[in-house]
Amino acid sequence: MAHQSDLIATDIQAYLKAQEEKSMLRFITCGSVDDGKSTLIGRLLWDSKLIFEDQLASLEADSKRVGTQGEEIDYALLLDGLQAEREQGITIDVAYRFFSTDKRKFIVADTPGHEQYTRNMVTGASTADVAVILIDARKGVLTQTKRHSYLVSLVGIRKVVVAINKMDLVDYAESVFDTIRDDYEQFAEQLGFEEITFIPISALKGDNIIDPGPHTHWYHGPMLMSYLETVKVDTGATNRPFRMPVQWVNRPNLDFRGFCGTIASGSIAPGDEVVVPSSGQTSRVKSIVTMDGELEEAIAGQAVTLTLEDEIDVSRGDLLSAAGDRPDFADQFEARLVWMHEEPLLPGRSYLLKTGAQTIPVQVSGLKYKVNVNTLEHQAGKTLQLNEIGICNFSLGNPVAFDPYRENRATGNFILIDRMTNATVGAGMIDFALRRATNIHWQAVEVDKKSRSMMKDQKPCVLWFTGLSGAGKSTIANLVEKKMRSLGKHTYLLDGDNVRHGLNRDLGFTDADRVENIRRVGEAAKLFVDAGIIVLVSFISPFRSERDMAREMVEAGEFYEVYVNTPLEVCEQRDPKGLYKKARAGELKNFTGIDSTYEEPESPEIVVNAAEASAEELAEQIVQQVLKEDSSLNFTDGTER
Amino acid sequence: MKLEMTHLRQLEAESIHIIREVAAEFENPVMLYSIGKDSSVMLHLARKAFYPAKPPFPLMHVDTTWKFKEMIEFRDRMAREHGFDLLIYTNEEGVRQGISPFTHGSALYTDVMKTEGLKQALDKYKFDAAFGGARRDEEKSRAKERIYSFRSETHRWDPKNQRPELWNLYNARVKPGESIRAFPISNWTELDIWQYIYLEDIPIVPLYYSKVRPVVERDGMLILVDDERIPLDPGEEPMMKSVRFRTLGCYPLTGAVESTATTLPEIIQEMLLVRTSERQGRLIDHDQAGSMEKKKQEGYF
Repeated sequence: MAHQSDLIATDIQAYLKAQEEKSMLRFITCGSVDDGKSTLIGRLLWDSKLIFEDQLASLEADSKRVGTQGEEIDYALLLDGLQAEREQGITIDVAYRFFSTDKRKFIVADTPGHEQYTRNMVTGASTADVAVILIDARKGVLTQTKRHSYLVSLVGIRKVVVAINKMDLVDYAESVFDTIRDDYEQFAEQLGFEEITFIPISALKGDNIIDPGPHTHWYHGPMLMSYLETVKVDTGATNRPFRMPVQWVNRPNLDFRGFCGTIASGSIAPGDEVVVPSSGQTSRVKSIVTMDGELEEAIAGQAVTLTLEDEIDVSRGDLLSAAGDRPDFADQFEARLVWMHEEPLLPGRSYLLKTGAQTIPVQVSGLKYKVNVNTLEHQAGKTLQLNEIGICNFSLGNPVAFDPYRENRATGNFILIDRMTNATVGAGMIDFALRRATNIHWQAVEVDKKSRSMMKDQKPCVLWFTGLSGAGKSTIANLVEKKMRSLGKHTYLLDGDNVRHGLNRDLGFTDADRVENIRRVGEAAKLFVDAGIIVLVSFISPFRSERDMAREMVEAGEFYEVYVNTPLEVCEQRDPKGLYKKARAGELKNFTGIDSTYEEPESPEIVVNAAEASAEELAEQIVQQVLKEDSSLNFTDGTER
Repeated sequence: MKLEMTHLRQLEAESIHIIREVAAEFENPVMLYSIGKDSSVMLHLARKAFYPAKPPFPLMHVDTTWKFKEMIEFRDRMAREHGFDLLIYTNEEGVRQGISPFTHGSALYTDVMKTEGLKQALDKYKFDAAFGGARRDEEKSRAKERIYSFRSETHRWDPKNQRPELWNLYNARVKPGESIRAFPISNWTELDIWQYIYLEDIPIVPLYYSKVRPVVERDGMLILVDDERIPLDPGEEPMMKSVRFRTLGCYPLTGAVESTATTLPEIIQEMLLVRTSERQGRLIDHDQAGSMEKKKQEGYF
């Protein structure tokens, strides 16, 4: 049993020596609110003597005050960390618990079982090797059990313990155990687990946790603790091809250039050939440097510093890989995405994707279908809400190196970050690179933007007019175009309403459609800029992230955000199309400024207020500013026009 | 080929990964150095992470002026030996007001000299990331703490608004003024820390080892008479006892345990045989129910 070794008292040095060889297991416990999950973990801590006397004293006091077990100790109270939760009597986030025995150290991810907390389960499971799924013997396999099992398989856990708990409440009946086992096995066939172990337990009474229970003589399998102590952790990571995301380039002096990172898979030794997938450059490992001396070999999981034989370009974010077994390298892939935020996923919106040590702009270019976590059925959908799971196509700002998640958990995962709030909004598992990404290459063109611009004697750019409906965007944009025209400039005006009659006529006014609307207009504007044209875009474009996305599609200095900052009262008073009246009457939904938000620009290049000057004056002001910069323009090769 | 790493090597690698990631992604990180055993381990890991270079960030000690003398000596020796850039910050306003744990109580004292001092220091140097040596096993509210703990512009921790952390992918995006506290040794337990100190022969403050020291009893705890600022009752003489410390903080708030353990194996042996959790020796956690959680929300680690 845990830390009960006589060696502690008799020969502490020998004990410590033995402890150094311990391995580690990370597991997750999944169960519904009343399955006794917290009681089970409390019991494991208790039985491995990890509850200290002072904790026991406060546990006893708390058990009497808020416990649910009468005069008995309520082990669950050991775990509910935050005060508010303790009062509500529920666990609401992922908590990590630690215990150890003489054989292993354990890290337990303790996650809640409520419907709305898929997010937490996926988080807890992402670092786990094994899942312990609790089933209440009185209730059998529930919808929640199926959901937990699916999520566990989704995240790539291959070994599962099904702990059938509260056996004391069904008189330790073998038939109950058998029925639940058969039900579960049938359901789990589609999940592809490598190993499922069923154990009848009573967390409250301690049956089959450490020692065989006196009432389950019919059970001959392992005790829960002995299973956890001996289950083989996935050592496959070391057998897969070498991968190491470079976190940090170490240059203490001119003679040393080391690449620091944690080996994601495989092993490495001096002399091994490695490749940088983004450039295709290869070299051989010269040395594996650590503060404890150079290593002859390093394996998956180790944090090391590699030096290479040749001076090749390697920087943070590169995935150093075995030259003979390279990862995929693509800018489009299909992945399973778990949505983790209250704000829904908007396909087409630009998010940041972090994988390995690199962060790249990304869009969901298509939501193929959603998976119902209760039934595993596929459903159509346009967005993902909190806790929904979708199979999506992703389009990245530049190509990344990766492996499919099912082959390599460490190099096939990613998180999505909202660019405005910086919140972590999604977690993804890559399935495969899309063929179109690998097969469609950029067609190099000989007549380029620069030559087209020089012919027109102008610097192409985008004037992006944004503001409320009725602010005067289109009126001012029209006047600007006329003035430019009279100065001999080549222009084109993309008007919001007009575009919705053609290019975007399939789109409505939901947030998702608004994002796609702007994305297409941004792409169209980019083509015009490439053609050497000054493009005027007049769109409400209420969201900052989409305006920023449009900005990023063109080169720096080619984008002017023109904020037509006319107060809402003025716009509403004018109401040129009678839309405000309709919106106020409730006949028009999702109207910007009324029941849909407008996010003001943070640092627009130009701000004008149509309530303070005439449209004519404002247009003149805009033309002056844009052409001033146009005439001082230097082309990138330094030749002045 | 050996396919599996021992638990200490896995913990070590995870911590190094976190330290490198923070150094790479933040503009102005700092390592908070509290001089205790957890800080000593964290510092050792930082040295490993960047060897042969030095860690690319300074160390900072928020000095409450009530630390044990031996801690200060140890701090200065470490900085000298390893050539660290060491910043020392004290809440001078608190010093001027004469804030003392003896006269103002531990709650107010901790708030002013530790929490306020830390916030002032972070504001002064505009650090956007601060490493701390907290562990999840220390206290219930820490079990749910993230590796990257997000803090608002006013350094507040909102337990309901923490980012989910998956795999080893940490979200390092903060707006100007916002920051994170990074906890690279989150997954270590007290036993892991001691075993690692033993395995790696990491230097620690001598106060962890037993020695006959002058102590007085206060609120059931043995308090070291570290200097003349400790108020003694009329006629009270300090007792000479063989004591050591399981945890180190400000001397008036840190209880000693009676012990004869003078070597690391003896300390570990004692820890495994004696059953009280380590923060028990610290007065501040017991001020009120859920007190650590409250302090964290206000900006304490």
